Amino acid sequence: MTFPLWKTRPGGDRGGAWFLAVLFVVAVAVPILNQAVPSSSAFHLSAFGITLIGKYLCYGMLALSVDLIWGYCGILSLGHAAFFSLGGYAIGMYLMRQIGPRGVYGNPILPDFMVFLNYKSLPWFWYGFNHFSFALLMMVLAPGLLALVFGWFAFRSRVTGVYFSIITQALTYALMLAFFRNDMGFGGNNGFTDFKDIMGFDLHSDGTHVVLLVCTVVALAASYMACRTIVESRAGRVIRAIRDAESRTRFLGYPVESFKLWLFVFSGIIAGIAGALYVPQVGIINPSEFAPINSIEAVIWVAVGGRGTLYGAIAGAVLVNYAKTYLTGAFPEVWLYALGALFVLVTVFLPRGIIGLLPTLEKK
Amino acid sequence: MKRFEKRLYLEDLTVSFDGFKALNELTLYVEPGELLCIIGPNGAGKTTMMDVITGKTRPDSGTAWFGSNVDLLQLSEPEIVRAGVGRKFQKPTVFEQLTVFENLELSLAGDRSFLRTLCARISTAQQKRIDEVLEIIGLSAQRWAAGKILSHGQKQWLEIGMLLMQNPELLLVDEPVAGMTPSEIDRTAELLLSLAGEHSVVVVEHDMAFVRSIARRVVVLHEGRVIAEGDMEKVQKNPRVIEVYLGV
Repeated sequence: MTFPLWKTRPGGDRGGAWFLAVLFVVAVAVPILNQAVPSSSAFHLSAFGITLIGKYLCYGMLALSVDLIWGYCGILSLGHAAFFSLGGYAIGMYLMRQIGPRGVYGNPILPDFMVFLNYKSLPWFWYGFNHFSFALLMMVLAPGLLALVFGWFAFRSRVTGVYFSIITQALTYALMLAFFRNDMGFGGNNGFTDFKDIMGFDLHSDGTHVVLLVCTVVALAASYMACRTIVESRAGRVIRAIRDAESRTRFLGYPVESFKLWLFVFSGIIAGIAGALYVPQVGIINPSEFAPINSIEAVIWVAVGGRGTLYGAIAGAVLVNYAKTYLTGAFPEVWLYALGALFVLVTVFLPRGIIGLLPTLEKK
Repeated sequence: MKRFEKRLYLEDLTVSFDGFKALNELTLYVEPGELLCIIGPNGAGKTTMMDVITGKTRPDSGTAWFGSNVDLLQLSEPEIVRAGVGRKFQKPTVFEQLTVFENLELSLAGDRSFLRTLCARISTAQQKRIDEVLEIIGLSAQRWAAGKILSHGQKQWLEIGMLLMQNPELLLVDEPVAGMTPSEIDRTAELLLSLAGEHSVVVVEHDMAFVRSIARRVVVLHEGRVIAEGDMEKVQKNPRVIEVYLGV
């Protein structure tokens, strides 16, 4: 057998190679189409177009994090938007502090909403957010810690299946209600907006948008490769074994709960980074990002794209959101029906999602 | 008592469930490397005995020693597995989405923590062991096949293979040929016979023809105790056994 030792089954990641190639093309083409092509040309990509692509890719990253736990470990989280939003809030706090005296009320320390709500001083949890590196740390720590604590209680109590899904819905709903409150210190229902610049670069310039998009592409490619590494490792095979026969895996001596927990934490962190990349590009974060429907939509993207493939989830997120952009513009009233119908049709006719239609991507 | 001679010592084991004695002062020894068949009518205590050995059920009284220095009653289920007792359940549960090779890989002895498995590589020795076991269970040609496409018999063999990966000294096999085709039954008999010698094998089975084909020593259980033992011929002539089985 001339088979490399590190491989346990034949075949390679052809779908993933295609996916990374497409990402590379995006990373090269977007700057050229925006910066080098004159704005009079039909091929010019506007800042709006870049933001749209960036948004889709952030959603793709959220879908990737959902697919990692749902597609490979069978953990259906209906609360992943909570991690996404926490990452978004972390970078949002930095962006708010960057505004400084340029706010409407001109207070050099307090963001506008605090002045409006009669805050006398900065709440303690806003300390440090004037440093970008601190915000970077928090956008990983906040979702990661939430996933750790929540997952520790849930998995230790052996909460599985639909019960887990329900409590994740409750989690994101509870966070939404909390963030809606003005006295939480996160801007209440208005959230954060009116951002000016990031690390000194103007958020309204095309150049900053191009750089943010390239950062998103790099982050997405890196998280894809990290997820791929995990699922192709022996740990990944244990994770799939847990999905298929949890008690059998436990009987083999694997600490099932700790596998689930670390996977859940990693997935939560990816979702958080996706949210942190999303906020500077779209320019706003508010509590409606925590809405239960957002988490459910993310699950639909994964189901539509094809779960258990990683790249399928990302493709699903991009395609569904492209359709959403188009349909909510052209026929706003039909979008929710279209989304529901799409979910039903895919579940019934394409159990392996859109990716399942492309047999050449499958491992041979 | 010469404790160093036997592989497994069960002495005076009693297990009662709400007054019903599933095991009633059961005493039974397993020799190193022997293939022992345990038969008995329903409710004779065969499964309860397996449960006591693997730590799933704790007896009310009696002792269970694995070799001369491992007290099974003091160990948890995973500890018993690590001590070298492997059990194959009646219903085969292999990992359906993983290949035969991967099923065996996950059964390899080794550190089972998340981080260690994340960085784990299959060593040449481990690769050799997997190839060996594939050979023993006759699934070399199916190494890349997903668990779900195996036949019922193949799944049973794969599961035996998964036990073998941990090199257990004692293999407990619960009804291995239930639902198998005649040719699969023959193949299973060969497999179990080939395992005896290196491992002690205890088989619980209802299929008398199968037991006759593999058994060297047969133990008959009834109402939680041993009522007869010896080779198949002798056991079949035992009037007590005939009475229990035929109800005369």
